[in-house]
Amino acid sequence: MSEKKKINTPLTDDIVAGLKIGDEVLITGNIYTARDAAHKRMVDLLDKGEKLPFEPKGQMIYFVGPSPAKPGKVIGSAGPTTSYRMNAYSPRMIEVGLKGMIGKGEMGPEVAAKLKEKTAVYFVAVGGAAALIAKSITGNELIAYEELGAEAIRKLTVKDFPAIVAMDCHGGNIYKEGIAKYEKK
Amino acid sequence: MRQIITDTIIQAVRKISMEAAYDLGEDVVHAIEEFKKREESPVGKGILDQVLENAKIARNEQAPMCQDTGFAVLFVELGQEVQITGGDFYAAINEGVRQGYKDGYLRKSILGDPLERKNTGDNTPAVIHTEIVPGDKIKITIAPKGGGSENMSEIKMLKPSEGLQGIKDFVIDRVRRSGGNPCPPVIVGIGIGGTFEKCAMLAKKALLREIGHRHPNKFYADLEVELLGKINRLGIGPQGLGGTTTALDVHIEVHPCHIASLPVAVNMQCHAARHKEVIL
Repeated sequence: MSEKKKINTPLTDDIVAGLKIGDEVLITGNIYTARDAAHKRMVDLLDKGEKLPFEPKGQMIYFVGPSPAKPGKVIGSAGPTTSYRMNAYSPRMIEVGLKGMIGKGEMGPEVAAKLKEKTAVYFVAVGGAAALIAKSITGNELIAYEELGAEAIRKLTVKDFPAIVAMDCHGGNIYKEGIAKYEKK
Repeated sequence: MRQIITDTIIQAVRKISMEAAYDLGEDVVHAIEEFKKREESPVGKGILDQVLENAKIARNEQAPMCQDTGFAVLFVELGQEVQITGGDFYAAINEGVRQGYKDGYLRKSILGDPLERKNTGDNTPAVIHTEIVPGDKIKITIAPKGGGSENMSEIKMLKPSEGLQGIKDFVIDRVRRSGGNPCPPVIVGIGIGGTFEKCAMLAKKALLREIGHRHPNKFYADLEVELLGKINRLGIGPQGLGGTTTALDVHIEVHPCHIASLPVAVNMQCHAARHKEVIL
């Protein structure tokens, strides 16, 4: 396996521009959790011209709904959820400054175009490796929408969170290139 | 009549709810290890390593292997010589799920109404399929089902003229279009025949079979092997990032069908292929 790149949040244009598909990264810093329900609420806020529960500039959103933390633990298991459901929301979030998303599965062309336009990046974490991923999460603070349970927005502090660049700001898409490489006609 | 009290059922369901979330079956672990040896993509190999390491952590720490601990789907084989006492049978199963998901720190993913979308808070109600069988025992199997792979499932009422080729094309196309979404490597459950709802049920039940066990009828056993080979040549690979391990197995279940029909259903299962059973 190739050397893993260490990156820190918040992300800058320089960091994002240096990432290309297939790069394995270890992320350190803060990331925010949100999935379907929280995204819907945030985009509704943007539509009304209101402020989001956190300042998105340079930040990353992790598409995750963790399982409850056992006593003495920071978080329960916390692997990514499927990202295409956020195709409708992520372009809006990138427009207001979001620099990256972490999820699983391919995102749509509307997201790919926005990554290119605004220099942002989409990472995948290994779906179903939730107990392993939780080990890289060292802090967990509720930010908004507690009533959504697992779908609430949380600020996670992560150290060496393992992810792979899946769609980059140069138009690269690992789902297209990776699959073509291994397909046997 | 043999009497079984509902409290026994509650305790049993509570226990298997947690075990299913923490403990990946040996057949799945073994299959991932074997496929890893032949995986051509280095990234893919690394992902399979993470999946195996994750299963170990989950078992050792009694933590859910996946944060999506699923819809609680239960298959009950109820012996016709059993009398349930002490309360409502289905309420007992739901109580077992409620306790298991609460005490096991499992995620509650069930919304009371599909459009109102408000969480019930305790992962009930479960989906319960009951079959009456001879004997004086109850067999309860829990197969918690995550949303990501369930969303990539599909049923189609083919025309009989489309035949075997139509079935192959539908299955391969369904897996191809799913890409990385259902968390490959997957297990592909296929139902062929029956009515609309029977066919979907066959596909779901096919997922309960142990990996590597073939259909007893040689024709369908060969079809399983053929489809598995074709799927693993699609290039999708672990998590859809490219590779040679897209499916760990393909299981087919069949049922007699109407002269006008050829139903086929595909139920996708992620690599966290969880199921536990108990016999009371």
